[in-house]
Amino acid sequence: MTRFSAFSLFAKALGGHQDWPEQWPDAAPKPAYDAIIVGGGGHGLGAAYYLAKKYGITNVAVLEKGWIGGGNTGRNTTIIRSNYLYDESAHLYDHAVKLWDGLSQELNYNVMYSKRGVMMLAHNVHDVQSLQRHINANRLNGVDNEWLTPEQAKAYCPPLNISPDARHPVLGAALQRRGGTARHDSVAWGYARAAAALGVDIIQNCAVTGIRSGADGAVEGVETTRGYIASKRVGVSAAGNTSVVMQMAGLDFPLESYPLQALVSEPIKPTFPCVVMSNTVHAYMSQSDKGELVIGAGTDQYVSYSQRGALHIVEHTLAAICEIFPIYRRMRMLRTWGGIVDVTPDRSPILGKTPVKGLYVNCGWGTGGFKATPGAGDLLAYTMAKDEPHPINAPFNLDRFRNGRLIDEAAAAAVAH
Amino acid sequence: MILIHCPYCDEKRPEIEFANAGQAHVARPLDPSSQSDEEWEAYLFIRANPRGRHHERWRHVHGCGRFFNAVRDTVTDKFETTYKAGEPRR
Repeated sequence: MTRFSAFSLFAKALGGHQDWPEQWPDAAPKPAYDAIIVGGGGHGLGAAYYLAKKYGITNVAVLEKGWIGGGNTGRNTTIIRSNYLYDESAHLYDHAVKLWDGLSQELNYNVMYSKRGVMMLAHNVHDVQSLQRHINANRLNGVDNEWLTPEQAKAYCPPLNISPDARHPVLGAALQRRGGTARHDSVAWGYARAAAALGVDIIQNCAVTGIRSGADGAVEGVETTRGYIASKRVGVSAAGNTSVVMQMAGLDFPLESYPLQALVSEPIKPTFPCVVMSNTVHAYMSQSDKGELVIGAGTDQYVSYSQRGALHIVEHTLAAICEIFPIYRRMRMLRTWGGIVDVTPDRSPILGKTPVKGLYVNCGWGTGGFKATPGAGDLLAYTMAKDEPHPINAPFNLDRFRNGRLIDEAAAAAVAH
Repeated sequence: MILIHCPYCDEKRPEIEFANAGQAHVARPLDPSSQSDEEWEAYLFIRANPRGRHHERWRHVHGCGRFFNAVRDTVTDKFETTYKAGEPRR
């Protein structure tokens, strides 16, 4: 693997950027592995990387039915934050935020993590009380979050309309300064490249069609479109398709899959310095390094695997954006797309063991999985290597839907996760 | 936006007139106190979430206000049929 440095980039630039070698080999499946990860998104690639890096399990395959990072990893709005209400969630998401720090150096790949701050707006008395409760809970958990007056919010994000006459008046905001954005494709590519360098096989166009178990019920391997692959450890990190994969092992999951849409505008000069979210009117926005405004819309109301959503969902979000940021009213939107998100009843992920021995799962991240990419990968790797969950992901087990110990972020974090 | 046929109004109307009400034919237990934890989990939380033919409930909130059932393909989002609540599963 070529090690990237300022010098190597400069040398390639002088040569007209010719002869860049491939970043990682397009592997063909071997008959057997020590561990298999189903799903080649950021979470799955991260798990493969940490299995190899931290736990010395390098004979690992990542099976991706399409292409690397072509699912939700390439379809999200790249927002990173950890200002979740409950202790379990704060620890889980802050574990990921801590890993985002230094990830570019660790992977030797620029993931463009930008701590530009995530600001959540309060439009009414309920929002003010709820966000201030979040701030207090976050601080008790060592997660930074602070209250801003409307004027401070305007100073932090100049395009914001704080006029008292506004359709959605701004009564204040909660700001997590460590929050921000990262380049989503780079995250997938960086993990893939670093994992492959440690010996992980990254296998594309390889859909899992069955999960084979032995007489004792333990996993023995997976059937795929490219043949049978044996492994006693299988981790499923398949986002919206998790229910489908788990049914191959005879497990019914507490998940429903919905389309979630996002859109970008035409590119403009830098005007929007942070991430702004408004849960009440359901809009959130940031500006990419390319200059596009990146806008997240809501989920459709029905279960679907279609990877596209309805236009009225987008219109609803844009109506709110135009009211909160009137300077963008004449912007044109360039592209919209949808990803399929797997939503749990309590809106918290499921990360741990399953009733089938040797089968592990990382799913249920719903509308907010990108921010957790390094943390989810790390914790899935730990769980697979030790055959027991890490204390951070232990509360996010599958049993909570039976014993009632839900982590109910559904109400706590409102719509936008 | 998808168009949905309401079996009560007997009209095809745009989706924004309707509210999706989740998986169809999930029957509430007749004797709740006799249910085990596993049975409660299955009733409250476990969902079919199929990739393909899906039975779901809709409510025509901005029309007749009534619940009905539908069969829709979750890959194409095309409706196969809609039928009145209480009619057998199709």
